[in-house]
Amino acid sequence: MKLRTGLLAATMAAAIAVAAPAQAKTFKYAFQGDLSSLDPHSLNESFLLATLGNVYEGLVLYGPNLEIMPGLAEEWKLLTPTTWEFKLRKGVKFHGGQDFTADDVIFSWQRTLSEGSDQKVRGGQIKNITKVDDHTIVVETPAPNPILVQDLPYLLIMDKEWSEENGATNATSAAGDNTGNYANLNANGTGPFMVESHKADVKTVFKKNEDYWKDIDGNVTEVEFTPIKEAPTRVAALISGELHMVYPVPVQDWERLDKAEGVKALTGPEARTIFIGFDQGRDELLYSNIKGKNPFKDQRVRAAFVHAVDLEAIKEKIMRGAATPTGLLAAPQINGFVESLNTPYAYDPEKSKALLAEAGYPDGFEVTLDCPNNRYVNDEKICQAVTSMLAKVGVKVDLLAQPKSKYFGKVLSTSGYDTSFYLLGWTPGSMDVENVLSSLIVCQDPENKKGMFNLGNYCNAKVDELTAAIGSETDQEKRNAMIAEAFKIVKDEVGYMPIHQQPLSWGVSDGAEVNQRADNGLDYRYVTVK
Amino acid sequence: MFSFIFKRLLQSVVVMLTVALIAFAMFRFVGDPINNMVGQDTSQADREALAEALGLNDPFIVQFGRFALNAAEGDFGFSYKYRQPVSKLILERLAATLELSFVAAVLTLAIGIPAGVYTALKSKGLLSKGIMTLSLVGVSLPTFLIGILLILLFGVILRWLPTFGRGEVVALGWWTTGFLTASGLKSLILPSITLALFQMTLIMRLVRAEMLEVMRTDFIKFARARGLPDRAVHFRHALKNTLVPVITITGLQLGSLIAFAIITESVFQWPGMGLLFIQAVADVDIPIMAAYLVLIAFFFVVINMIVDILYYAVDPRLRVDNA
Amino acid sequence: MEQSLEKTRLQRIFGSDIWYSFTHNPTAIISALVTLGLIFAAIFAPWLAPHNPFDLASISIMDGNLPPAWSAGGDTNFLLGTDDQGRGVLSTILYGARISLLVGFSSVIFSMVVGIALGLVSGYVGGRTDALIMRIADIQLSFPAILIALLVDGVARGVIPSDMHTDISIYVLIFAIGISGWVQYARTVRGSTLVEKNKEYVQAARVIGIRPFTILRRHILPNVMGPVMVIATIHLAIAIITEATLSFLGVGVPPTTPSLGTLIRIGNEYLFSGDWWITIFPGITLVVLVLAVNLLGDWMRDALNPKLR
Repeated sequence: MKLRTGLLAATMAAAIAVAAPAQAKTFKYAFQGDLSSLDPHSLNESFLLATLGNVYEGLVLYGPNLEIMPGLAEEWKLLTPTTWEFKLRKGVKFHGGQDFTADDVIFSWQRTLSEGSDQKVRGGQIKNITKVDDHTIVVETPAPNPILVQDLPYLLIMDKEWSEENGATNATSAAGDNTGNYANLNANGTGPFMVESHKADVKTVFKKNEDYWKDIDGNVTEVEFTPIKEAPTRVAALISGELHMVYPVPVQDWERLDKAEGVKALTGPEARTIFIGFDQGRDELLYSNIKGKNPFKDQRVRAAFVHAVDLEAIKEKIMRGAATPTGLLAAPQINGFVESLNTPYAYDPEKSKALLAEAGYPDGFEVTLDCPNNRYVNDEKICQAVTSMLAKVGVKVDLLAQPKSKYFGKVLSTSGYDTSFYLLGWTPGSMDVENVLSSLIVCQDPENKKGMFNLGNYCNAKVDELTAAIGSETDQEKRNAMIAEAFKIVKDEVGYMPIHQQPLSWGVSDGAEVNQRADNGLDYRYVTVK
Repeated sequence: MFSFIFKRLLQSVVVMLTVALIAFAMFRFVGDPINNMVGQDTSQADREALAEALGLNDPFIVQFGRFALNAAEGDFGFSYKYRQPVSKLILERLAATLELSFVAAVLTLAIGIPAGVYTALKSKGLLSKGIMTLSLVGVSLPTFLIGILLILLFGVILRWLPTFGRGEVVALGWWTTGFLTASGLKSLILPSITLALFQMTLIMRLVRAEMLEVMRTDFIKFARARGLPDRAVHFRHALKNTLVPVITITGLQLGSLIAFAIITESVFQWPGMGLLFIQAVADVDIPIMAAYLVLIAFFFVVINMIVDILYYAVDPRLRVDNA
Repeated sequence: MEQSLEKTRLQRIFGSDIWYSFTHNPTAIISALVTLGLIFAAIFAPWLAPHNPFDLASISIMDGNLPPAWSAGGDTNFLLGTDDQGRGVLSTILYGARISLLVGFSSVIFSMVVGIALGLVSGYVGGRTDALIMRIADIQLSFPAILIALLVDGVARGVIPSDMHTDISIYVLIFAIGISGWVQYARTVRGSTLVEKNKEYVQAARVIGIRPFTILRRHILPNVMGPVMVIATIHLAIAIITEATLSFLGVGVPPTTPSLGTLIRIGNEYLFSGDWWITIFPGITLVVLVLAVNLLGDWMRDALNPKLR
């Protein structure tokens, strides 16, 4: 016992001795997930891309509010409906000193299509790139594509020479047949920060690129990133002053953060919409006591469900007032958002009961709700609340909440959409509604890679037709009219039960200022440390 | 003696193979790895191509054979998530786990054995009773809760100690150590106490029980009768006789520190193998899971063997049993 | 205490040294009372609890996150406050203790039965059977219990159709925790069997042709029950903690029918938020329960070990 006391005393002494002020311009932060690779074409995932967006850049960049800004391309214009001309920025150098030219763009685009790349969808938006001169390229798309530029911020540009020298001309494959791809552990971009050291899942240190082609708003010279998986540990690390910022912070901790000295919660609506889908494809519902038919094919049943769920209560109690209940599957930050359709379905349990009775289920029925428990903000709690609300109108819901790897393994196409009722969240990768329509709403069409995430196969021919037109319509006004028409149909038919836009939930110390982007990305350009 | 060791070695190989087989069989059920390896927009065809490239579509026995053959050569394949060789990742993490387990082991022994001796000698004393009850409170709290409470108290409220990670580490070749920096040492305190607490109480209670038993034996009574001072009786006679079973069981218990580190490491974001493993379970990173389990089995087999040999050397009665 | 003239079995217990030791050990009495009280509360939870937290139709999310009744904003309907879903914490604790105890007792009994059976066979038969069983025990010892439980749970969830998960997850948990604990019983029983087997009375019984099964049951089993009971009591505490830890790792019982461990895991997320009652009350209950069981085990070990008296 004596020994232990001695140890503690010694520690205290050490703690006092070492408690020097934090280094002036180093910014330290933690996220719940880790940076699995430094290869910008390895995994198409928003955290990885947003983080590597500080090191690598695309032809265009996201601004602080997700607006498109010129990046490695200074300007661009449409030549014909399917060809674009990009003027590239001159005098830009990679971190290794190599010049940035048209060849690098062509190389990077080809690399996104290489074996092992997870950026094939992005790269596939382009049919061909021709080099006009070192700083001019012409990009050809397979079909008229009004939103091509929307898809380019995360098509990150690598240096051709560097990649060839280091044998990294192909993207780092998850299959691992490449013996340690150099680009997986090293980076050489044009961005405002360079990778100083990287240990996957332990710590990554970034250093400011003093030769960056543009002045940046922030003042940090070094950034230290650590993943911290457990939420209480993350919050503790922030309150204790060890980190400048952590995210995500559990929404229930906001009050505590605001009360604690020197830290605050930074919140806002995320561009991700959480919703619940119904299986409308099968003739008999899986995991239900109703045999021989599928109640969800009846619009009245779907309507009964949406009217039974009290979105305000979920917002107040589970999300601590932080969510934005919604009536649309696309958030306001998404290009093509339709304000007028965003009113949620009214909470009306009486109407819900009446609708169920009218549809022939006066005593409700049984169904299983598939739910992830570590993917979205309070996902499992939302499902629990929905389960309890539906119980009040007589529907007995069995909740199957699982970790995301098992959840996605069950509900996605790989298992033949093995679900009848599920909770999912969606942020369109291109920040445009077209992605929402073609992924979640058009009929399942595996051959043309459409409706891949329309897990319940909501299907309406008119909507499909409109979606195809929206994809190639270049007149913004006409396009917006068609978007509104398509979403109106989905809403009237109760294709989905939108829940809310989940909140962004960051915890930031008073010693730092950051810009919170709606895609949950942290851009070091806008970080200031006092 | 040699035939005994040889027999144990052979058994150990069987144990390792069985562990590998069981471990491998289980991974078919932990989830779909593909979904964690691609983004949401990746097409069905690309997903299937990836599964094919990884050999996930091969028959189970083919997959296992491939795994076992490669593993025997020390090659555990590539991590699905980090796209790096698993052996390299584990080697990077090994130091963190071993250092944590080592400090926890030292704490366990340095506190557990004296406390055990004390409570046995002064079994009626108030302090002993206090220690015994306190030790029970220690085992009655789940490890993760102890960890969180320690973080809350020492990290957040008092702000004496770091709440996560290893602090600054110094690289010595492939080994990284936190022993050489102040922040590294400070970072070790909370996790190692959390990890040691359970084993500490276990060892303490074991020492106490053994000691009490030895104190009742005739030869101690005889020693007392001879008029030897208490000190000599307690330490030269009683403790010495207590230590034989204690050492062997301690060996096994310390081995489990490495495995128990999983929970401590997740609570403190300690970048060791346990954290790597639990992360791999969430991501269905099969190569990491398999390698970790085989490695843990290897540690235990080695410790078991050393303990067996020690037993064999110390206790002649066992030789008769094995003949 | 009931006084009866006949020398009943009950009286033998009350007249025994163990009973004497028990009545003269306040710690043992208190911990026994606490344990029994909690078991009682758990068994009669449906009648004692003010609400049924498993009945989804009866809970309202609008009651969520209420503080205990005595603090400002509390509701007398919910003595210890409510959790995020609007379930009364007192009710969830009573129902949760029920599940924790069910999992604890069942898995201990499971381990005990498997362990004793294998230990007896191993010790009595010896030879290859013994070697085989002990090697299996060795293999299993190569893994810590929590890891085994984690893996068994993972496999069971993979093998069993997912729509049955919620219904059977408790049995999976019992099996997983139970299977990870048999080795200790087997080793102890085997050791005692080896000792007893060579005693004259067993040798004699064998010589006069009593069947092995009868010998094991009549002569050897009673002699090993002492240490087994001690292990079982401590194991019960460990099983309850293991269940809680598995919940922390996300493989416990579903949150719609929470155990004490699940409640703590859920409450863990609220530790910083100021809603302390969600985690502190289940936490205290768990600690009190495990502590009482452990103290009981402690006393039992001392009482049953004649050398220590």
